[in-house]
Amino acid sequence: MKTRHFPVLAFAGLIVGIQLLTHFTDSGYHLTQLTMTAYYSLVIVGLCMLIGYAGQISLGHAGFFAIGGYLSALLTTHDLTSLQGSAFVSLLSKSGLLVARTDLYGGHLLNVHPWCACVVAILATVAIAYLVGGPVLKLRGHYLAMATLGFGVIVYRIALGSELLGSADGISDVPGFPLLPGVFITGKSSLRVQNYYVAWGLVVLGMVILLNLVRSRVGRALASIHGAEDAAEAMGIPTARYKLNIFVLSAVFASLAGVLLTHYNGGIGPSEASVMKSVRYVAIVAIGGMANLWGALSMSLVLNYLSLRGYFGTYDDAVFGAILILIMLFAPEGLLRRHLMVDLKRLFSRDAAEGEAP
Amino acid sequence: MTLLSVREVSKRFGGLQAVDNVSFDVATGSIKALIGPNGAGKTTLFNMISGFTGSDRGEILFGGEAVQGLPSWQIASRGMVRTFQHIRLFPKMTVLENIMVGRHVHSRAGFIAGMLHLPFTWKEERGIRAKSLEIMDLLGIADSAGTEATSLAYGQQRVVELARALACEPRLLLLDEPAAGLNMRETNEMGGLIARIRDMGVTVLLVEHDMSLVMKISDEIVVLSYGQKIAEDRPLAIQKNPEVIRVYLGDDQ
Repeated sequence: MKTRHFPVLAFAGLIVGIQLLTHFTDSGYHLTQLTMTAYYSLVIVGLCMLIGYAGQISLGHAGFFAIGGYLSALLTTHDLTSLQGSAFVSLLSKSGLLVARTDLYGGHLLNVHPWCACVVAILATVAIAYLVGGPVLKLRGHYLAMATLGFGVIVYRIALGSELLGSADGISDVPGFPLLPGVFITGKSSLRVQNYYVAWGLVVLGMVILLNLVRSRVGRALASIHGAEDAAEAMGIPTARYKLNIFVLSAVFASLAGVLLTHYNGGIGPSEASVMKSVRYVAIVAIGGMANLWGALSMSLVLNYLSLRGYFGTYDDAVFGAILILIMLFAPEGLLRRHLMVDLKRLFSRDAAEGEAP
Repeated sequence: MTLLSVREVSKRFGGLQAVDNVSFDVATGSIKALIGPNGAGKTTLFNMISGFTGSDRGEILFGGEAVQGLPSWQIASRGMVRTFQHIRLFPKMTVLENIMVGRHVHSRAGFIAGMLHLPFTWKEERGIRAKSLEIMDLLGIADSAGTEATSLAYGQQRVVELARALACEPRLLLLDEPAAGLNMRETNEMGGLIARIRDMGVTVLLVEHDMSLVMKISDEIVVLSYGQKIAEDRPLAIQKNPEVIRVYLGDDQ
């Protein structure tokens, strides 16, 4: 039991440590990018389950992120005042699913409550993921990659081309998200520390859930599908259903991250749906070692943070493309893999050359 | 009593009639072997029985129920479990984990239960582990529980695959060339193992090229040639069957 929880506690300690560091060095502004990193990390760990454990690639997860973010943004900003007379809107209003607020210029707005919007966004994601995943997951390898890529492109073009979704500008003025009484997901600097802990708390929760799954009967079944699909089927595992379920689960992780980050940032733009975002997610899972949730999470923490702080400058997308190429060429099992220490020792020992068995 | 009944089953691949109107029964508690020269249709027939290939015509009854057309995972969950000619162990998993996958159909923790680590799954997991270890003990591979399965010697991998299939507690075990790639000593051991499995009450249907193994352990043998059944009898009678001798040794003999 102890070994099971040790990494989670260590990671929680790291999160607290980082916050204390920014506190004592008076650099709390770093927490903003670190909070955004947390939400992107939710996408990464969900995708890591799909790619690393179940062995199914997706180059369309930015699409699910955008579906969550855009739906939530649309519902919580679209003014329903003019529709107040309609039976449906008044029913929603009476059920307490709508909220009245004022916009930047003092005008009155009637919007869907963020919680309600979130539930709608997640349900829509589940439905879309089932619809897309059903036929698409019959494909393997490059074909699956291309089909999910196609899905990502469609979502991107819809986000970019639709008036309702703000075209190239996206949707702004998205309200904060009342997660719990007294806990608001918002970008306000006065709530920065709280939001940092909320975001990483959700990541830790997500990790616990996924680590549980990995070690369960379903986790073994997923790994067996990854290793030898026909043999898994011969052991009585309904492989198609399992692949679809894990696809939907990872889509929900991405979508939830999209919802929460959109409320945190106060808006969302079409770049969140772009194919380069999907490539970035896959690159981070790959560098983390594919079937390695902790590897993916730590790489996500480092790389997303560096990217959001602007360390990669205009080469941002190129950096992630390059990472993907280099990892595939030189370390297909990722940087943080099981035999890392063994390999390092071998690298520094004298007979390094002989050790390079193909 | 009949456990498996194959009735007038046929399969055509383009211009090739791979299996042509084949019928036979497998009695509960027996070892039945399917033999024939290369290309006789043994593997195709095997794949049809286990649901990996659809059949064009005919009926396959397992325990009295029609199973043709069912997906292979459903056939497995009904108690008909197969192994593969080319060993298909799960890589990057230990021997124990491989065998624990075999307990899949006898456990029920789903996605939600797994994610939340619900209390009922704790007991279930313990049961899965205990049963898997018990089967490993039975087959004499308990020592390699923590070893990565695909790193074992070839003969050992065959035994692990057998253990994984047994973990499903099948009523019918389908073995696709269980002695392929084994040396003589390993083949002998495999024969003893299969006989023991039969004695445990598991019915066995196997495809095999090693005639000495087939003749030694089988209760009955079906001979296929060019997709057709040419003989079905006890081992001694099969050895004397002129038609069987002809297809194996050619007309001149």
